[in-house]
Amino acid sequence: MKKRNLGFTLLAAWLCAVQIAADDGVFDQYRDLMGDDNPAVFVIDEGEELWFSPQGPKSATLEACDLGLGPGETAGAYVRFPRYFADTDAVMDLEARLVHCMTTIQGRDLETVTAKPYSLRGDFGTEIEALVTWLAAESEGATIAPEQTHAAERAMYTLGEEIFFYRAGPHDFSCATCHEQSDMRIRLQALPDLTSHAGAAEAWGSWPAYRISQGLVRTMGWRLRDCFRQQRWPELQMGSEASIALQTYMAVNAAGGIMTGPGLKR
Amino acid sequence: MKRLTAGITIALSASVATWTAASDDIEAVLQNSFIAKNQATMDRLERDAVQTVCSAPRGMPLDNDTLTTLREQRLNAVALPANGHYLGDWQRGAEVAGSGRGLQSNDDPTQPNGGNCYACHQLAPDEVAYGTLGPSLMGYGARGQSEAMLQYTWTKLWDTHAYNLCSHMPRFGAQGILTEQQLKDVMAYLLDPASPVNQPAE
Ligand code: HEC
Ligand code: HEC
Repeated sequence: MKKRNLGFTLLAAWLCAVQIAADDGVFDQYRDLMGDDNPAVFVIDEGEELWFSPQGPKSATLEACDLGLGPGETAGAYVRFPRYFADTDAVMDLEARLVHCMTTIQGRDLETVTAKPYSLRGDFGTEIEALVTWLAAESEGATIAPEQTHAAERAMYTLGEEIFFYRAGPHDFSCATCHEQSDMRIRLQALPDLTSHAGAAEAWGSWPAYRISQGLVRTMGWRLRDCFRQQRWPELQMGSEASIALQTYMAVNAAGGIMTGPGLKR
Repeated sequence: MKRLTAGITIALSASVATWTAASDDIEAVLQNSFIAKNQATMDRLERDAVQTVCSAPRGMPLDNDTLTTLREQRLNAVALPANGHYLGDWQRGAEVAGSGRGLQSNDDPTQPNGGNCYACHQLAPDEVAYGTLGPSLMGYGARGQSEAMLQYTWTKLWDTHAYNLCSHMPRFGAQGILTEQQLKDVMAYLLDPASPVNQPAE
């Protein structure tokens, strides 16, 4: 694992050296060097190893973790999130569910496991990022089908829609400002219409993703946090109700689409 | 540290009451889901009258009288330039139009904010990295510099809701994103015949 991380760092260093002029330019230069290989494969392996590694005071692996399909069932679990769990009586996204398993099954401390869910530029990826990436790969090719049977799941969707259109901050931005029309762009970056099935399916199905410009795999939770930063809002917390609600809104709009991630982004 | 995990604690230990209360009280949900970071403080999650009205999901009917009253209030609140001069320096205006920095949690608050006009508008014909959320403003200066035109453009930049309630453009003056001098410079960038915005495309 150490060795892989080194390869990663070298790749990241090379990427920083690439002149990031136009977005498509980065992609082209990257493809010339790497072909269609997605460095997320290393993170997928790392995530799998972490799942089966005993950790915490209870020295337990995550194999007893129930992602909704039964303990240890990982194939096809990702595409059913966010979903309601009776044991916590809450709708959870995958990140929150993993934290729940780490604290209950492995007996780890909540504050420690949530202290830094997303890596900073130049870091190695975090445990959450690796686990999410592997679990996304365990759903590759599957149909996006988030649960909407429980009343709490439907309430989450409504809340997500409300937050999507909630305008606030010095720029009066909401998600809708940038993501409710198709074929729009900011500068040169294409903006998906997340209120439409097609736009939501493409976006939801392609995360987590390896960000070429950052040399890291990013999760949907991070993507939302970063869009909120652009929105000039305070910082979104992993596993928070707003994060889960927005993910429910996008996943349900995306339902029926295909999980293509872990993806590759500029 | 306590606040840092407030959000996740809710998701992990939510009682039935938490999630049903959620859609009733979106403000409370947001307060629990975010933490202040540098200049991006929690009070930014509170909405003023414009933001509240303009948060209605697409297609939701809005009451016409409320909208008209609100739009008129915005129009009456516009502050025209104190000395009556609308036009500054187009070269400095070009910088304001091109810069997207400012007011994000990772921006240095001691540096001037940008207007980020290029994020949403085409302006000078030789700048290809422009967004399309707003209409093209290429050749805007052809509309001339009559008093009406100057006032219209200034008002649009100061508070876009004075004309078009729930427009997606930021309120550069009313929200204090740009200073009066920066607004004048951007005005010149739009209207000065010598500005790149008003040169013919090659
Ligand atoms: C100021 C404009 C802006 C706002 C507001 C905004 N975003 Fe984004 N969003 C972007 C841009 C630009 C990208 C593409 C980023 C890139 O290519 O690096 C993006 C990308 C995304 C993606 C990934 C799409 C993909 O296919 O990879 C998702 C999902 C997303 N945004 C969701 C949201 C949500 C939810 C909100 C509200 C919390 C939001 N955004 C608010 C500008 C915005
Ligand atoms: C987040 C996107 C966004 C940004 C940033 C933005 N605008 Fe706009 N602007 C719009 C939209 C959308 C419209 C059209 C709707 C309307 O008129 O309210 C518009 C309309 C305008 C108009 C009126 C156009 C006309 O034909 O009369 C002007 C002038 C204008 N913008 C100037 C600017 C300038 C100058 C800046 C930078 C200081 C800027 N805008 C930044 C979105 C934006």
